[in-house]
Formats: sequence, C-alpha cells, structure tokens
Amino acid sequence: MSLFDQLAIWTGFFLFLLMIPALWRVIKGPTTIDRIVAINIIGTKTAVLLVIIGHKYQKEAMFVDFALAYAMLNFLGSLAASRFMHKCQTKEDSSGEITTKS
Amino acid sequence: MIKETVITVLASASILTGLVFFFGAALGLARFPDFYTRMHAAGKGDTLASLLIILGFAIYQLNHITFSLAGLQTDWFTILVIIKLLSICAFIGITSPTGTHALMDAGWEDGIKPHLKSDDANDLAKDIARK
Repeated sequence: MSLFDQLAIWTGFFLFLLMIPALWRVIKGPTTIDRIVAINIIGTKTAVLLVIIGHKYQKEAMFVDFALAYAMLNFLGSLAASRFMHKCQTKEDSSGEITTKS
Repeated sequence: MIKETVITVLASASILTGLVFFFGAALGLARFPDFYTRMHAAGKGDTLASLLIILGFAIYQLNHITFSLAGLQTDWFTILVIIKLLSICAFIGITSPTGTHALMDAGWEDGIKPHLKSDDANDLAKDIARK
C-alpha cells in the first residue's frame, strides 16, 4: 500500500469523524432549518467519501458515478426542503410542537 | 519517477488543505451562536473543501497517463474518469451555494432572528415586521 493510499484512508476516517459535530447539530439545532443544513453537510461529506472508497477499491469509474448521483440527490433534497419551509412557514416552539403561522 | 512524485505531492497538498477547511466548517457548524453565522461557516467551508479533495483525487489520476513528446498515449478510460471527477467539482461548486442561499432565504422568511449585540440596531427589523 503506497503512502497516498494510506493518506486516502485516513482522510476518509477524519471525514467520518467530522460528521459527528454535524450530527450533534441535527440533534440540538434550535430551528428546523439548522437541522436541514447539517444534513446537507453530511450529504456533501458522503459524496466525497464515495470518491475515497472508489480509490481504495481501484474502481474510480464506478464510484464516481455514485458520487455524482449522490451530490445531485443531496442538492434536490435541500432545495425541496427549503421550498417547503418557505411556503408553509412552520415553526417549532419550545415544547417541540410544530405550529403553522397564519 | 519525478513525475509521479510531483503528482502525488500536489494531490496530497490539495487533500490536506481540503481537510483543514472541512474541519473549519464542522467547527463553525458546532460552535457559532446564530443560525446565519452557522450557515456562513457551513456553506463556504463545505464547498471549498469538497472541491479541493475531489480535485486532489483527479490530480492523482494523472499518474495513469503517459505523457511523451509524441503526444498523449493513454487509455481514454482514465481521461473519462478525470472528466467525471471535474464535473463533480463543477456541480458542487454551482449547487452548494445555491442550496445554501435557498435555505437561508427560507430561514429569513420564517422569521429567524439574527444574534445581535445589545447596542446594535437591526436595520432590517422593519423587513421582519412586514412579514
């Protein structure tokens, strides 16, 4: 295993570790959109992680397609969520109940 | 031999820089006090870091291509992989700021208040009240 392969594996490991603060934000986030942003960040990290996995298994050609599809789905998801929040104007109050503004 | 060394060093530098920016994005997302500042850290850091890391792997793919004075002798398969990696770069570079902007706009329309110092006036308060 060359030095670059080891670097790639450790990069993947640290990307996985850096998902933990985002996950913490998903659990704690005061507003709903905070949670959506954190999920968006995790999705971007997953697309990068797929490229790294492709390098590890010497199958870049296959995994690059996966990463592209994942990035597209991630973008669509965040855009759909933002449009939904825009139209509905939902809000979480302190008790965690979702109420709709008039 | 020297070509491989140069390519590996360039790719590693790009990947390590990307990791630093990812760390900054994660730290900002966890530590900033306000929805808008968290959005700022997440949107910018994440875009640049993904671009740099994927670009690093695209640079490393150049190892499989043999350059010579007679021209480019290679399998087109590797070039296709490089083009796909660069297209992921372009796609993330376009869509990540777009998504961040859309989510930020949704939050503003939702009436999320920015975090202000006590003696700072919110110049856009009228805009919130109008909603």
